[in-house]
Amino acid sequence: MFPLRIAIRFLKSGKGQTILIIFGIAIAVSVQVFVGLLIIGLQTSLTNSTIGNQPQITIRPAGDGITIKNWERIISQIQSVDGLDEISVTVTGNALVPNDNSTLPILVQGFDFQSADRIYGITESIYRGESLKSRKQVMIGRELGEELDIDIGDKIPVLIPDGGTYIFEISGLYDLGIKSINKSWVIANLTTAQRLFGYGNKVTEIIMTVEQGRLFDADNIASTIEETLNNDDIEVTNWKDQNEELLSGLEGQSISSGVIQVVVLASVVVAISSVLSITVLQKSRELGILKAMGIADRDASLIFVFQGLLIGLIGAVVGIALGLGLLYAFSSFTASPEGTPLIELYIDYNFIIRSWLIAVLSSTLAGLIPARRSLKLNPVDVIREG
Amino acid sequence: MVTLELVGVNKIYSGVYEHQVLFDINLSFESHSCSAIIGESGSGKSTIMNIMGTLDTPTSGQVVIDGKPISSMNKTQLAELRNKAIGFVFQFHYLLPDFTVLENVLIPHLIRGRGQSKNALDRARNLLDTVGILKLENKRTTQISGGEQQRTAIARALMNNPKIILADEPTGNLDSVTTQKVCEIFNEIKRRFNTTFIVVTHDRSVAAHTERIIEVKDGRVISDSSTGV
Repeated sequence: MFPLRIAIRFLKSGKGQTILIIFGIAIAVSVQVFVGLLIIGLQTSLTNSTIGNQPQITIRPAGDGITIKNWERIISQIQSVDGLDEISVTVTGNALVPNDNSTLPILVQGFDFQSADRIYGITESIYRGESLKSRKQVMIGRELGEELDIDIGDKIPVLIPDGGTYIFEISGLYDLGIKSINKSWVIANLTTAQRLFGYGNKVTEIIMTVEQGRLFDADNIASTIEETLNNDDIEVTNWKDQNEELLSGLEGQSISSGVIQVVVLASVVVAISSVLSITVLQKSRELGILKAMGIADRDASLIFVFQGLLIGLIGAVVGIALGLGLLYAFSSFTASPEGTPLIELYIDYNFIIRSWLIAVLSSTLAGLIPARRSLKLNPVDVIREG
Repeated sequence: MVTLELVGVNKIYSGVYEHQVLFDINLSFESHSCSAIIGESGSGKSTIMNIMGTLDTPTSGQVVIDGKPISSMNKTQLAELRNKAIGFVFQFHYLLPDFTVLENVLIPHLIRGRGQSKNALDRARNLLDTVGILKLENKRTTQISGGEQQRTAIARALMNNPKIILADEPTGNLDSVTTQKVCEIFNEIKRRFNTTFIVVTHDRSVAAHTERIIEVKDGRVISDSSTGV
């Protein structure tokens, strides 16, 4: 294609200028990729650590209610709701454990172990001992174990609010990564907790996770559940209601990342169009000759659109490589002495492809401005000037 | 058969002051004829050339090429007409410095949207051979002499086998020996290619190679005579 051929030749003839403009685009795209991926990584690790291994939607008794009756029926009703992943039930109750001369408040969590394990990843978090084997066993967290100075196989007395004391054997010690949980949760079987608190077959919560990638859709899924159940005895909550600060933090990050990217892109467009406009002036003689020889205005304009496209294509690829390099360098320079990165790397390929496409598109669009200028060029002016 | 005709052409440049450079020019050029337009610098001969080549438009009057008035054509149609029907040779050759001699000759063909076929390459080389610079085909146009650059421009003008060749002071920048050589090339072209050849020059010795001499002074045709060549 002739305009493309001319575009390549024009770019080659001004090598220094071309390299400089490609470098300019590359720097801009690298900043865009670096900042974008850094913020995506930050958001992903923050979201995962805050709500990743936790239920994202919870059904509780409404008002002062403590337990949910007919929970099996509720589960069967909501099982078909789009976007739900795991569904489990718990019996949660406050209790105390003696510690020297005082007591420590704890939360007995009675889990339907198999399904709850898929939500919390309890088995993975056991670092000493093993999972629950009988109704007389419980598991405690790292911090509680340290505070009470007890280990697997030891007995732990649990005092429940109605005054009874029950002795359990510790089957394992877990670490779920959140200190407040490790310090307060005593994990038991569902039936153990039901008996302990005298709830019969009832549960206190139905807990759920949403499908991967639909984390931020949890409020809509929760609304669907509410509509499906249409039950005043229960209330449906989701993680977004309970983590407003986190949400506004994430939103703030997204906005600032967006602003940075728009500013960077705008500077790319301005830089490319101004450099290419200078090219129109520099190459006005050649353009005049081509027009005299019969190149159509459309093809003459295409030369500059192609120039924009070409430098955009190359600049964006170099920029992405540079941005990823920066990200790896940042990750390794800010890692702790043990090698744990300050911010986990999260390479979002969709974001990279999107950034590349936007850069190429902007660069091509930037070529339209000089292309319009080239339309105004009259060959006879060039011929007359000599 | 008339290939090119100017009917009552006037040209007025308007700016701060209006300045009329052409006054009621009526000229017609037969197919396969060879004519020269001569005149002093500023006589309006180059303006006539630019109007005939559709690079410039008359303020009034009509330009008819191959029986079609160009005033009815849009910019794209004019560009196509220039590409297919007219070959230009300018005083300052106007070659593309980023391209080789061979590529410069090929440009009118490439503009036409036809790829760089073997036939096109053969034709371009043939033309370079005709103007005697085939051995320079891979040189950049900045690496060759003024005479060689003008020969490249002549080969380029012939590339699309145009009906009309317009040469504006083609020897204006050349020494007398090279001018003689370029004139010989023009004679060769007249003989081998059946084109309508119009040369604008201030050099009477160049004009003497043509069949007809039109003299322009102060924007008016003051004489139009056959040379008997």
